[in-house]
Amino acid sequence: MAYSRRDFLQFSVSASAALATAGYLGNSTRALAQQRLTQEDLLRFDSKGQVTLLHFTDVHAQLAPVYFRPPDTNIGVGAYAGIPPHLVGDEFLKEFGIGRGTPLAYAHTFVDYVDLARTYGKLGGLDRTATLVKAIRADRGDDKVLFLDGGDTWQGSYTSLKTNGQDMIECMKLLKPDAMTGHWEFTFGSERFLEMVEAMGYPFLASNVFDSEWDEPAFENTAFFEKGGVSVAVIGQAMPYTPIANPRWMFPEWSFGIRPEVLQQNIDAAREQGAEVVVLLSHNGFDVDRKLAGILNGVDVILTGHTHDAVPVALEVDGTLIMASGSHGKFLGRIDLEVANGKVTGYSSSLIPVFSDVVAPDPEMAAKIAEFRDPHRAELERVLARTDSLLYRRGNFNGTWDDLICQGIIEERDTQISLSPGFRWGTTLLPGDDITVDDLYTETSMSYPQVYRNEMTGAQLKEILEDVCDNLFNKDPFFQQGGDMVRVGGMSYTCAVNETIGNRISDMRLTASGEPLDASSTYVVGGWASVNEGVEGPAIYDLMEGYLTRLGTVNVPDEQSVKIVV
Amino acid sequence: MMMTRRRVLALAGGAAVLPVLQFLPTSAFASVEETQKMIDEFAGGKELQSGKLTLTAPEIAENGNTVPITVEVDSAMEGDDLVQSVMILAEDNPRPEVATFNFTAMSGAAAATTRMRLARTQNVVALARMADGTVYMDKKEVKVTIGGCGG
Repeated sequence: MAYSRRDFLQFSVSASAALATAGYLGNSTRALAQQRLTQEDLLRFDSKGQVTLLHFTDVHAQLAPVYFRPPDTNIGVGAYAGIPPHLVGDEFLKEFGIGRGTPLAYAHTFVDYVDLARTYGKLGGLDRTATLVKAIRADRGDDKVLFLDGGDTWQGSYTSLKTNGQDMIECMKLLKPDAMTGHWEFTFGSERFLEMVEAMGYPFLASNVFDSEWDEPAFENTAFFEKGGVSVAVIGQAMPYTPIANPRWMFPEWSFGIRPEVLQQNIDAAREQGAEVVVLLSHNGFDVDRKLAGILNGVDVILTGHTHDAVPVALEVDGTLIMASGSHGKFLGRIDLEVANGKVTGYSSSLIPVFSDVVAPDPEMAAKIAEFRDPHRAELERVLARTDSLLYRRGNFNGTWDDLICQGIIEERDTQISLSPGFRWGTTLLPGDDITVDDLYTETSMSYPQVYRNEMTGAQLKEILEDVCDNLFNKDPFFQQGGDMVRVGGMSYTCAVNETIGNRISDMRLTASGEPLDASSTYVVGGWASVNEGVEGPAIYDLMEGYLTRLGTVNVPDEQSVKIVV
Repeated sequence: MMMTRRRVLALAGGAAVLPVLQFLPTSAFASVEETQKMIDEFAGGKELQSGKLTLTAPEIAENGNTVPITVEVDSAMEGDDLVQSVMILAEDNPRPEVATFNFTAMSGAAAATTRMRLARTQNVVALARMADGTVYMDKKEVKVTIGGCGG
């Protein structure tokens, strides 16, 4: 195990016992929960040393607080099985000593999710995050704090789509980040991307992005800071498989990859230039960073993003601290470092859950958010349907939001089978909630939203499922792309996750008839977010608007179309 | 937007083809045995050593049609420690031989970068023959994927 009992004790002291031990499940009201939990509880921290790192990542343009149900399935394979972040539910609670029904149980697991969501309310909201960041800067002193944005910041909402990311640029600016890296940022297209990087006024760091023609570094890789009298180098690492997971034709100038040898060169160069602390601001995903921690020499801290994992404390892996700070604005990661003679000699860490009902919104940020949301207010709040079911996306194989989208594609485009990408972004709605335009775009907002309609053979479908599955369950994390399994509608299958590519997927059947899929027969398939250029079809958000309006009331049966063999 | 059947059919006509792996018959590809034969010929019976030669290639190709690779040999480029030749093979391409680079002492360093086409996921093999007859090998698996579902 990568962290010790001591780490947990530090953690429970710093995060306050109220978060991890006192549960309110069942017989409590939301008012009681709020009464017990305060902004001070969230900010309580065992301050240490000269440097404070604040990590914020994968907010996916969520300016307002959200519900985000943590996954019920998050399987690790090979050497990564059964260890954080591949623990869910009670296993997660046990590992980190968190009591059922507590605020942290709600923030980190799907256990009793709906009840606890009604008790503790939404998390996140950039105005709440701003309050916490300002409070920590005031408490520690500006000269000690580095605020780092791990990327996947600009994409994922109605206002982000309509303002071409301008809302996120201007709101994030108020948080005064010291640097950022990215992934979905590139899907705004290279021209707009560069314009936004120019506008944001702090460095975009990417050690692993190279000019695709000349193979020369395309961006700055390292930024140096003097914090609390300590020289800190921050090296950025963009999502290594951006041109594979997303449309390469939108940013053809750049080539990515993990490039561990380039990272090592940049780490060595930073040390030679006098860096006492080296921080990797990474959009690699947790397991890639865990593997890198064992390969690279001279990295003190990896702030990891991309896979949307939230781990309550920094984990020690081969002498490197790894902090995974969640997604959608739910958390703010904090690590304090004590540095002596050019070495980290002590630390404390905590992932601060941003309970939106107990953190006072920062007025400046709230005003800026309103500036972008108010002109669209009527549209954002327009109700398309109501859901009787819990709607969520995150999980390795399926989620009810994607079940709904898959059914929408089948019905609106008249297909036998539908595919929906295994994105990890997208939030949650509780039973009884209205589904607004705002909610729909939180699941679907992107720059390549066309829904294709195609014929595929059974063999081609198997090939696709095998290929995507290997991106998720390859035993070598360097071959994992960080998304979940592609979602299917109209069919079911069995997945043996520990097999190799070509041998994981079996028993593919049409749901309607129960018939097995025939390798050489042709099926009509619909899907969205193809990485190909020139895809034609309606945008997924338009298609789903029509479908939801027609349904009026949504009821998604909690059925598993995938049989998982571990 | 409500989709009428007519509109659905019209859209289908213009729909792009989703990327699908090439379904070429296995027999079209060179076998691992054929690659082994070329390795044996290049090595001239010498045992293959590791070290000195580094093959750099992406873990996953961004575009299987143009995969960048670099070979580099740690060599003084004089006397016995001189690289004569570096050969690159792709063991599952229709023809495994990708390139052979020849060097002399005048080359100064034994390093080369090129791009290659990979038909599908496979091992890329690099071999370096030194002036004293020693042969070094490095191997990397490069994955060719359809991608498109990243989070």
